[in-house]
Amino acid sequence: MPCDAKSVAAAVLSAADTITAHRDELVRLDQAVGDGDHGENLNRGFGFVRAALEKSIPDTPGAVLKLVATTLIAKVGGAAGPLYGTAFLRAATALGDASELTADLLVAALRAALSGVVARGKAEPGDKTMVDALTPAADATGTTIADILTAAAAAAQAGADSTVPLVARKGRASYLGERSAGHLDPGARSTALLLNAFAKAANT
Amino acid sequence: MRVGLVVVSHSAKLAEGVAELAAQMAPDVVIVPAGGLDGTLGTDYDAVTTAISSAQRGAGVALLYDLGSAKMTADLAVETLGDPSTAAVVDAPLVEGAVAAAVAAQAGGSLDYVISAAASALALEVDDGELNGTEFVLTNELGLHARPASAVVRALTGLDADVAVTYAGKTADARSVLNLLALGVPAGGRIQVAATGPDAPEALNRIANLIARDFS
Repeated sequence: MPCDAKSVAAAVLSAADTITAHRDELVRLDQAVGDGDHGENLNRGFGFVRAALEKSIPDTPGAVLKLVATTLIAKVGGAAGPLYGTAFLRAATALGDASELTADLLVAALRAALSGVVARGKAEPGDKTMVDALTPAADATGTTIADILTAAAAAAQAGADSTVPLVARKGRASYLGERSAGHLDPGARSTALLLNAFAKAANT
Repeated sequence: MRVGLVVVSHSAKLAEGVAELAAQMAPDVVIVPAGGLDGTLGTDYDAVTTAISSAQRGAGVALLYDLGSAKMTADLAVETLGDPSTAAVVDAPLVEGAVAAAVAAQAGGSLDYVISAAASALALEVDDGELNGTEFVLTNELGLHARPASAVVRALTGLDADVAVTYAGKTADARSVLNLLALGVPAGGRIQVAATGPDAPEALNRIANLIARDFS
């Protein structure tokens, strides 16, 4: 099945629903180690994304991701805005003006997203951030879009789980020092949730 | 034409307060607060972009930020300008950096100068040691507080001279407001001023004049 702009938009909308469903969980995770706004900020940002996509869907998969990027940048006030905004913007650039997403383009987009997040936030694996989920996800391979996203989602969740024992070295949680250990990083969790939603959409 | 400043904060009140404080020592510098997002805590990309345009008077804009995610928003706003070289995000403590940047901008410094003034704002450590210089006694009411210190920095702008001020066994760079403040010179304090470089006599002359008229 070809993966055109409409399919990508549908995947983004299901990701928006996932964020809404997990809003409270993300708030709780962020209250434990950060300022508690991650769930609300992300839910709010994806709410604006949902509204924009329900109004009209851009012509190409890349344009859909660019719309997601600019909306998140403008509407999400915490670190998630510039970080996810940059991730989607770099992914959009990797897709160029291709009319359909392919497995190769998807791999390139995931890697571009990771390098964008690293450039923006200056975090490395092990710092207890979304980079811990996105790094293994960007290594995902496969012959189909569904395979790649399924592998990426599983790798992201495993990466997110690996943040639990870590001491945060970036972001608001780093002010907690040793006390940040024992908590799941909210940004890593939301990255896993988004990729899982994309994988589910690709498998239906 | 002076460098403008943008204060990027998660809090509207914090951004406004920092802008207010910095403006006290830099009446001719455009300082635009960009804090909060839709009335709540957060940083607003669109507001930062708009603030950069308002602060831009042709000499560039320096952006100061409070916490990491505010830096990301500020970085994004600068990167997406038509010409990203017209603005720069400064890694500096927000309050001290804003004050130092404002004083440097008031003095007519270039964007690079303003950035380095802000970035070195935390260089509060003054060196131990006395200098053999010209002695002055401060006869103004409050000693070397913020406004006199910024007057000293402004007076030295454009001069090719290294100027150091010594008080009670400690020495400060006379081009740094915060360094001068760290000396804590009270009213009636005796300072030594030493200058080297081609414009050293003029630098001493200007400081002597300032002190003679009680920095007014």
